[in-house]
Amino acid sequence: MADVITRDTAAAAMTAGRMEGPRGAKPKRSISPRNVFIYGTLLLVSIYYLLPLYVMIVTSLKGMPEIRLGNIFAPPVEITFEPWVKAWATACTGLNCDGLSRGFWNSVQITVPSVILSIAIASVNGYALANWRFKGADVFFTILIFGAFIPYQVMLYPIVILLRELGIYGTLWGLILVHTIFGMPILTLLFRNYFTTVPEELFKAARVDGAGFWGIYFKIMLPMSLPIFVVAMIIQITGIWNDFLFGVVYTKPDVYPMTVQLNNIVNSVQGVKEYNVNMAATIITGLVPLFIYFVSGKLFVRGIAAGAVKG
Amino acid sequence: MTSVSIRDLTLKFGSLEVLKSLNLDIDEGEFLVLLGPSGCGKSTLLNCIAGLLDISDGQIFIGGNNVTWSEPSERGIGMVFQSYALYPQMSVEGNLAFGLKNARMPKDEIEKRIARAAEVLQIEPLLKRKPAQLSGGQRQRVAIGRALVRDVDVFLFDEPLSNLDAKLRAELRVEIKRLHHRLKNTMIYVTHDQIEALTLADRIAIMRNGIIQQLDTPHEIYNRPVNLYVAGFMGSPGMNFIEGELSHHSEAALNFSSTKVPLGRYPFASDDRPGKAIFGIRPEHVSCGAAASDEPFSIDVEIEVVEPMGADTLVWAVLDGREFRFRVDGQSELRAGQTTRIGFDPAKASIFDAQTELRL
Ligand SMILES: Nc1ncnc2c1ncn2[C@@H]1O[C@H](COP(=O)(O)OP(=O)(O)O)[C@@H](O)[C@H]1O
Ligand SMILES: [Mg+2]
Repeated sequence: MADVITRDTAAAAMTAGRMEGPRGAKPKRSISPRNVFIYGTLLLVSIYYLLPLYVMIVTSLKGMPEIRLGNIFAPPVEITFEPWVKAWATACTGLNCDGLSRGFWNSVQITVPSVILSIAIASVNGYALANWRFKGADVFFTILIFGAFIPYQVMLYPIVILLRELGIYGTLWGLILVHTIFGMPILTLLFRNYFTTVPEELFKAARVDGAGFWGIYFKIMLPMSLPIFVVAMIIQITGIWNDFLFGVVYTKPDVYPMTVQLNNIVNSVQGVKEYNVNMAATIITGLVPLFIYFVSGKLFVRGIAAGAVKG
Repeated sequence: MTSVSIRDLTLKFGSLEVLKSLNLDIDEGEFLVLLGPSGCGKSTLLNCIAGLLDISDGQIFIGGNNVTWSEPSERGIGMVFQSYALYPQMSVEGNLAFGLKNARMPKDEIEKRIARAAEVLQIEPLLKRKPAQLSGGQRQRVAIGRALVRDVDVFLFDEPLSNLDAKLRAELRVEIKRLHHRLKNTMIYVTHDQIEALTLADRIAIMRNGIIQQLDTPHEIYNRPVNLYVAGFMGSPGMNFIEGELSHHSEAALNFSSTKVPLGRYPFASDDRPGKAIFGIRPEHVSCGAAASDEPFSIDVEIEVVEPMGADTLVWAVLDGREFRFRVDGQSELRAGQTTRIGFDPAKASIFDAQTELRL
């Protein structure tokens, strides 16, 4: 009898224990060493990146007298857009005094055709390499990849001669040609790798349906490849817009891209250093890549989402 | 009349010879199944017929024309792939119209053909949808439709049902058969699934390492396999094989251990007989219990494992020291450890030369 009772109470205790024990979602501690470390690091890194930007913006909105006070972290007492206007329209770059505006339009004229040309050619290259196993494809691909590893410096002067012989040295088109060629290895690799992931049977089905080289490219491959085109555009626009070396080597002052002009404004030796104008000029020059990141970032995510829905 | 004719077809990938001087004739309206294990060259052969691979040697004729050098779209073939291969950014309608637009067909004709194909395949409600919004079975129907609208003479199927689940596979299999009855096109169908092959085919070509082993009706291939490979490949569970000595005193017989199987009823193809032979009998041609004693040959076996499969039961037993499987009714009371009498008719067996592995 006693035996039975103890067993009963034991069972009861166990059930009770089960009722009292942890239940549901495990509570999370908001302040743990791990969280402190993660958020602390993120905060530090953010400050590290944002502080210079803050100083630039603040400085660009101050007048020179205020800057001379030397308190670079202080917000402007009197906000002025004068430096921005000057940077854009009237700052002197050695020869001309029409600010960055000239360089901006030069850069647009350089970037747009370069991006379109390089992506158009590289995507067709990549498509041909991935889907049409033509004779010598492997050799061609190897040469192209090899090209990606040759340092630019080695090729600078030979290309000067080449452009001179072609009669386009110092012109916009000369620089566009250089950008298109130098973008080729990495872009072709990018597109080839993407197109090889498209199922081969899709390609075969299109051939049975009577589509040729261009038909398959435009009607099947292109519509499926929006994400990779966006990636290529980001790489090319920012790369070409930010380029300084090719711009300074292959163009003349009249057609200098924005980056070269920015350098000329900032490093011009005449008169006093106008920090506010320099800061404004730098921000203006960086606006285009910044804009591309913001806009394409959204497009990019959407592109990936659309691409993820496989057929 | 011959619809597709393949002459001495050889295909190499570099130094790897996948198809070796292959010959094949397919009649008008015939349903031919290419059956073989993975990697034996079935898809390669189909791609050669479609013109998707450049062949190394030989000729291909379709509908009497030499199409050896023709583009896939000029060959009068339509192809259905395992992965469906629907164009993901086009609607179902766009998928069906793509080939017709490429052929510059007038708009009203395109619409007429799509309407007809949609009716045949019962995909009318799906025409405006994108492939991503379809189930596997619906996608494969659309893929068949894409071949259908082009009004081709020859349909090529490359494992079209392999990506579907078992139930859907069985449904679509019947539907493909129905479609063949209705359209009466020539169909060449690649599969590694012998049930699909047996149920669909007018004739089956069994392939191994790029060589056709046997080309015959499902009945012949099942009952009279030409060699050991075909015998072992067809049937699930596979045929029982017992190696023994052939003797020819008063009556032909197979001897192994202490057992002698009389082969008087076996229709030997010729009088030319080797000493060693392999005797094959299918598990479903073995009787058990009372019926066993009525067979021309019967013997006691020990049961090792019993596998009930619902409709029938597979029994693994030991016959004079050798593993032996046979199939009994699903209601059978046989248990592991028992000894039971089994019997079979040697006329239903297949006997192969142990050396050449060819049927005797
Ligand atoms: N593009 C290719 N390059 C090299 N080898 C290939 C290629 N395609 C197929 N093969 C080889 O050819 C053989 C037959 O392949 P396949 O026809 O796809 O077999 P399956 O009968 O499974 O359809 C395999 O050994 C495969 O590895
Ligand atoms: Mg295959």
